[in-house]
Amino acid sequence: MEVTPRVAEVDVRLVNVTKKFGDAIAVDAITLDVSDGEFFTLLGPSGCGKTTTLRMIGGFEQPTSGLIELKGVDVTFLPAYERDVNTVFQSYALFPHLTIYENVAFGLRRSGIKGDELKRRVGEAMELVQLIGYEKRVPAQLSGGQAQRVALARALVNEPAVLLLDEPLGALDLKLRKQMGIELKRIQREVGITFIYVTHDQEEAMTMSDRIAVMNKGRYEQLAGPETLYERPSTRFVAGFVGASNLLEGKVGSDGDDWTVTLPSGAVVRAPKSLGDIGSSGAIGVRPEKLTLLERGQQSKGNTLEGTVVDTSYLGVITQYVVEGKGGLRLLVSEQNIDRTTRSDTWRPGEQVTLTWKPEHGFVVGDAASA
Amino acid sequence: MGMIRRHPALVPLLLLLPGLVWLVSFYLAPNIQMFASSFWSGTLESGFSFSFSNWTNYTDALGKYQQQYARSIQYGFAATLICFAIAFPLAYFIAFKAGRARSALLFLVVAPFFTSYLLRTIGWRTILGDDSIILGPLKAAGLVDPAARFLDTPFAVIAGIAYNFVPFMILPIYVSLEKIDRRLLEAAQDLYATSWGAFRRVTLPLAMPGIFAGSLLTFIPAIGDFINAELLGNPNTTMVGNVIQRQFLVDRDYPTAAALSFMLMVLILAGVALYGRLLGTDELTSKAI
Repeated sequence: MEVTPRVAEVDVRLVNVTKKFGDAIAVDAITLDVSDGEFFTLLGPSGCGKTTTLRMIGGFEQPTSGLIELKGVDVTFLPAYERDVNTVFQSYALFPHLTIYENVAFGLRRSGIKGDELKRRVGEAMELVQLIGYEKRVPAQLSGGQAQRVALARALVNEPAVLLLDEPLGALDLKLRKQMGIELKRIQREVGITFIYVTHDQEEAMTMSDRIAVMNKGRYEQLAGPETLYERPSTRFVAGFVGASNLLEGKVGSDGDDWTVTLPSGAVVRAPKSLGDIGSSGAIGVRPEKLTLLERGQQSKGNTLEGTVVDTSYLGVITQYVVEGKGGLRLLVSEQNIDRTTRSDTWRPGEQVTLTWKPEHGFVVGDAASA
Repeated sequence: MGMIRRHPALVPLLLLLPGLVWLVSFYLAPNIQMFASSFWSGTLESGFSFSFSNWTNYTDALGKYQQQYARSIQYGFAATLICFAIAFPLAYFIAFKAGRARSALLFLVVAPFFTSYLLRTIGWRTILGDDSIILGPLKAAGLVDPAARFLDTPFAVIAGIAYNFVPFMILPIYVSLEKIDRRLLEAAQDLYATSWGAFRRVTLPLAMPGIFAGSLLTFIPAIGDFINAELLGNPNTTMVGNVIQRQFLVDRDYPTAAALSFMLMVLILAGVALYGRLLGTDELTSKAI
């Protein structure tokens, strides 16, 4: 089971929050705590309910049932403008008729802040996102990355208890996305505000988050830090959504301290019970980089499977192989290209190989979530 | 085709050509002709002669018909205000609240155009008549004086103008409201603006191009209108449009009619320029419609 550290101060608490649109259940009885100063991410494919969850925290949707608390206060039915929460919208939603300065000052002005304090705080926010000198422009004159920074400044300048970010990097190109991701993390550390971040990009989630809730069909399947999610995914969905996985499906059994799975080919693979509960219909999984390829016939301790290389792709840092075994088994293997310059005898399609990995390097997924 | 390929710079010119030909032949040329005739003297029977010394046509016309000018401005202004009061809430409703009924409602807005302008205005005689659907029941109930009437009053003229031009106010306002990204309103509320605050700080400023376009499209034809004053008014509600129409078509006093038309045009242009300046236009006109 997942061990969530008991947090000193809870910023946002969701208790049994459900949201229905007509008959469709968008969010299905979610309960979670986000602690003070945390970078918390809701990760999942489109339609998993992550944005709806965020919108309910922001006050743009009201839950069908359940409770939302902010700093210990029930805000379930409080309108957006009365919540100490600000949002960075997916498309930024900058006010096109206002200058950058007035965009950033908007929230402060509504809270009655003016004069020197207004000027100082807008200035600080502009500095934080490195946009000094852009005050007099209008949003149409900004690039995507700059607009993104303004959206961030416009929200952060209000010093909210919690900042909500709805796929803020989605509209940027890959390089800028990575750069802004690092930037976001820096800003979050600098201001110390709790971030709740929504994304469908697992890489983005992994690099920035303290904790990630992986969502599917209106619930989260696993809530953990990036490392745990990757090393110990607890459901098939999480194993497939976060990084690449090989899932070994078959007849589940138990042998001493190990779980065993008997594959259709008759081969048996094992994993220590300490990795998690396999239930009655779970599976053993292993990440592609934990597999080692050996020439057929070479002996190895641990799990071994036999197969044939059917595809290789050179990806710079690694080379990726697809290996086919008996009974329709297909496994993804990645090898680091450490020896590449001195060794040219990489595995070629058609070669017979033995795959091996240590049982404790695998992971165990439990019974399919009752959907 | 070969020429276009070799000289791509010609493309914009070619695209402009039909409009340019049209405007030069049917707008610029008649206007020059009219400008010239405003410096004529004489009558249709004895023939007209041109002289710049006939600039007195302008002062004479202005002296004689300043009341009609003033009335035109007042009526046009009042009708535009009424149009705005009706159009903004309606356009807002269609753009934000109507959902799937949107196209049907927009169709209803333009539906009156399927009936002739003249016929619709005559229809208002029936509506505003002394024993009409409005006044009849009120009089029967003893709520208004039995001698009260709407017809042949300034009220009837202004109501007629407002009725006839209200679609020109609704459509541009609708377009500018419809274009507003709903997330901007959420962003405003996220930044502590109440619903009213979001309306005032975001919706209204973003609707300004539509309001600007709509009020011009209403005010300009309203100020030159003569049908409504003719059909719904009395001799004391004549507008400058009525005078021009009579001078041109009944009295055949072309010089006076031309001078009156020209002054009306200058008046409108000056008004539009001032209005544009007040609303800070460049951007507005370019974003309108």
